[in-house]
Amino acid sequence: MRKHTMGLLAMAAASTLALSACGGAEVGGEPAGEDTATAGGDTIRIGIKYDQPGLGLQDGDTFTGFDTDVARYVANELGYSEDQIEFVETISANRETALQNGDVDMIFATYSINDERKELIDFAGPYFVAGQDLLVAADNTDITGPETLEGKNLCSVTGSTSAENIKTDYAEGVQLVERGGYAECATALASGAVDAVTTDDIILAGLAATEENAGKFKVVGAPFSEERYGVGLPDGSTETCEEVNAAITKMIEDGTWEELVTTNTEGTGYTPDADLNPPTVDACE
Amino acid sequence: MDDFLAGFAELFARYDVLGAFWVNIQLTFWAAILSLLLGSVLALMRISPIPSLQWAGTAYVTVFRNTPLTIILTFMYLVVFSQLGLKLSDDLETTFFWFAVIGLSVYHAAFVCEAIRSGVNTVPVGQAEAARAIGLSFLPAARLVIFPQAFRGAIAPLGNTLIALLKNSTVAAAASVATETSSLMRTMIEFRPDLMVAIFLTFAIGYVILVIPIGVGTTWLSQRLAVKR
Repeated sequence: MRKHTMGLLAMAAASTLALSACGGAEVGGEPAGEDTATAGGDTIRIGIKYDQPGLGLQDGDTFTGFDTDVARYVANELGYSEDQIEFVETISANRETALQNGDVDMIFATYSINDERKELIDFAGPYFVAGQDLLVAADNTDITGPETLEGKNLCSVTGSTSAENIKTDYAEGVQLVERGGYAECATALASGAVDAVTTDDIILAGLAATEENAGKFKVVGAPFSEERYGVGLPDGSTETCEEVNAAITKMIEDGTWEELVTTNTEGTGYTPDADLNPPTVDACE
Repeated sequence: MDDFLAGFAELFARYDVLGAFWVNIQLTFWAAILSLLLGSVLALMRISPIPSLQWAGTAYVTVFRNTPLTIILTFMYLVVFSQLGLKLSDDLETTFFWFAVIGLSVYHAAFVCEAIRSGVNTVPVGQAEAARAIGLSFLPAARLVIFPQAFRGAIAPLGNTLIALLKNSTVAAAASVATETSSLMRTMIEFRPDLMVAIFLTFAIGYVILVIPIGVGTTWLSQRLAVKR
């Protein structure tokens, strides 16, 4: 009997441990107990993607990519030094919520400006105009644009704008494989299970530029949509929006923008659509 | 309040919510049948007098019960489809659907096996001894005497497994089934973040509506069919 009670106690202790571990994970990797200052305080919390090479990628404890570089530049212009920036992961589905709850102060995460989102949050920018494009094997010659996809298998991420575009505009003759992330799509492309991966061109260029994919893929270069990447801000932050816009304009004028695009897509032969880039920022609301 | 209801109407008008639930119901239906068959065979192996079969049954249950479902379903996509290039049909959607059914079945078969084994434990030893005494060997004894009583005692735990299976069918997105509820929910959140609460309630209430009848039904059946002793 005594043994039995001890066993139960051990189980209770173990489950408490397990539960508290869950609680810790939900904070999103923030160091516990540290001063969590909001905008205007000592640090600025910026939401980025952690899993998009070339845009926002976590590499050990450093972050690389075009989005993070632009974020650093803008934060710098707003008066925050490099070590005052705290990067937080914001996956696509959580971006609005993170801003509304004040978990982050601003978001640079391939965040397309659209009207539904504007109802909930404010956008500064755009700082880049991407277009939906196709990524194919380097030796592929028969896919030159969306109209050559007849009978092909295509990979995109579940719930993404790109996947929806394919379903509404090119559904006939195209089979769409939907995965949880673009890296999984790249694996499928490498093994030949799909013929092309589709999403915004700069994301594709970032995928193609990673070390393990180098030389294997190419971006087709026939964009068929327009995605204007903006800086997500909490609703009603007109003042911050003006400041961010000024920083973006300055970045474009002093040549930093071009430099950042080049360094982050090096070796893929990718150039952003020159008619739309560099963009001029929208007026703040 | 009207605004709130208008949100639901908009979601149902733009997205095929019922169609997505129907995909999950179909996944559950086929996986339930396959896992019941496989689980029964496994249970039979585990209670059989042959040590190697007992060992194989135990090994299966240990391995699959302790492997996360997401890994099994991702394996179906990444290894079976992507690397081995295995296809069940020219239509990818059909292929992924059946891969998901197989993945769900092999995983839940382990739980079905254990549920049936718990049912076997409700059958008094005397029943097995009596079966042997009238000259039945293992298989006829199991088929005619043990299993009919065991299933009746196992209905409640089997019902729990069925409920878990229905909810786990949302993991099918890991096997690229893109028309089921969790994928649709992600799409909705991506495009209509302004209707977040309505989206959440749609799926939460949807699953409650599906699960409650299963729970009520199996409880009623387990009482009605229980062997009176």
